[in-house]
Amino acid sequence: MRKVVIPIGPQHPALKEPESFSVTLSGERIMAFSARLGYNHRGIEKACEERTYIQDVYLVERICGICSHAHSTAFVQAVEEIAGLSVPERALYIRTIIAELERIHSHLLWLGVAGHEIGFDTLLMYTWRDREVVMDILAELTGNRVNYGINTIGGVRRNIDASEISDILKAMDILEERTKYYIQLAKEETTLIKRLSCVGILSHEDALSLGAVGPTARASGIPRDTRKDDPYAAYDKLEFKVITDDHCDVYGRTLVRLGELMESYKMIRQALKEMPTGPISVKAPRKIPAGEAFSRYEAPRGEDVHYVKADGTDRPERVKVRAPTLANLQTVAKMLEDRQLADLPIVIAAIDPCFSCTDRLISLREPKKPDKTLAWEDLRAYSIEWYRARGIDFTKVNRKISRRN
Amino acid sequence: MTSEDKIANDLTEKFRSLSGKIRVQRARRIMAEVDKDSFEEVLGYAIKILRFSILCTITGLDERQSIGLIYHIARTDGIVLSIKTSVSYEKPLMNTITPYFPAAEIYEREIADLLGVEIAGLGPGNRYPLPDNWPKGEYPLRKNWKKNASANNIIKERTDNA
Repeated sequence: MRKVVIPIGPQHPALKEPESFSVTLSGERIMAFSARLGYNHRGIEKACEERTYIQDVYLVERICGICSHAHSTAFVQAVEEIAGLSVPERALYIRTIIAELERIHSHLLWLGVAGHEIGFDTLLMYTWRDREVVMDILAELTGNRVNYGINTIGGVRRNIDASEISDILKAMDILEERTKYYIQLAKEETTLIKRLSCVGILSHEDALSLGAVGPTARASGIPRDTRKDDPYAAYDKLEFKVITDDHCDVYGRTLVRLGELMESYKMIRQALKEMPTGPISVKAPRKIPAGEAFSRYEAPRGEDVHYVKADGTDRPERVKVRAPTLANLQTVAKMLEDRQLADLPIVIAAIDPCFSCTDRLISLREPKKPDKTLAWEDLRAYSIEWYRARGIDFTKVNRKISRRN
Repeated sequence: MTSEDKIANDLTEKFRSLSGKIRVQRARRIMAEVDKDSFEEVLGYAIKILRFSILCTITGLDERQSIGLIYHIARTDGIVLSIKTSVSYEKPLMNTITPYFPAAEIYEREIADLLGVEIAGLGPGNRYPLPDNWPKGEYPLRKNWKKNASANNIIKERTDNA
């Protein structure tokens, strides 16, 4: 059969981010696959060299809207190591708690996206509704749903008080119950199992040689997790299992992420219980002494690494970032080899790619009063009304859920 | 003796030229500086004998007189060895490490694009991360790089289209 080359992207190639794929097909079968990256390259590493360390904390946080805490933590850890700062224990626990909350929101988001890619939109609606529970907690603890701004050089910027602890624990109970339901679904729902099994196969050997990281590697039976292998923050004090699976396919990647959600709830409960009292930051110098450091962090998508070089001024000489997607994207060609074109969206989605994440700040204006900005509550009320006017009303369902919780 | 010290000693014993150029920075972090000629031998030894089987990334640095390249490789027990080498500023040329780590390709393309290091042995493929119409000889991560008119136009075109 004649081979056809199909360009997919760069705008909206199955995902909501710019990325360009070139797929060579023979009929419906994928013969070759190549990716062109860089559409979201914003020159952040160069921009870091032109700004002060403290400005850079907020800049690197904006590399990614989903795993923003991953980048800011990896960066501050490197700077703190160069400056020889000893970060208070409580701050390390708070960083860990935010990190696990971030993993929960990221994994729930992924589960919804995966459901959407295989035409199981009910799963998207359910998981994204549940994800709001953890988003509310993140907003309560840090003031923001994403780009939390909790980290600073030398510690964290906000403490966690008793009422917040009780809110987190309540949220963990709700989410744990929901996750148990999703695990049951993943183990019993035939359609889901059949659609995800033997799709996007990445053998143990290929995962090792191509340098896969995070859940993508762990679902190919590689027990590799930076939190365990090279512990940072308070991970050396927490008990958790590294979840692996040997399905080596998208189904395995689903099971790994679901298993990791359960571990995260456990870790957060333990961290809240054992978190010591005391200060949450130490004073950091404006100028960082000359030196270099290499920092690793297990982001929801895999290992995120930062290298920072200081020259004694208030600006870094060099900041290098390697986000997990760059490592994982190289496995996609292998996963798609000799597979059907229809599998492409879910296979790409299964590495949970994050090509750069959030775009820019938007402000929402009330349609009839353009000078009035809509607050979160206004926006929520507006959306509920919008749907109700079109005959979609969730009042009864919401009441039922809140009664159950 | 810690595993880190043992690795450092092992490397110094095997490669005399490394004497005084390896330091254990802290637990699980070792830095080594090697010259370009012995780089491949040291890397091969670290991978095959010392079991540094994971490539974390490659960092490129503009050091004014030369271009520095740091290969961060790790073991499953969490120890990271950062092997630094330098290439000349005028004619930066380095061999690919894809025979050891196929995944190195994207990191090497990034260094080629942003710092202008020619990577020998890298097969054909898409550039990364700069656009295809990026002007020749413009390497944004070099310290003396200033946005010029043609680069400005490309950046503006991208921003307008975004």
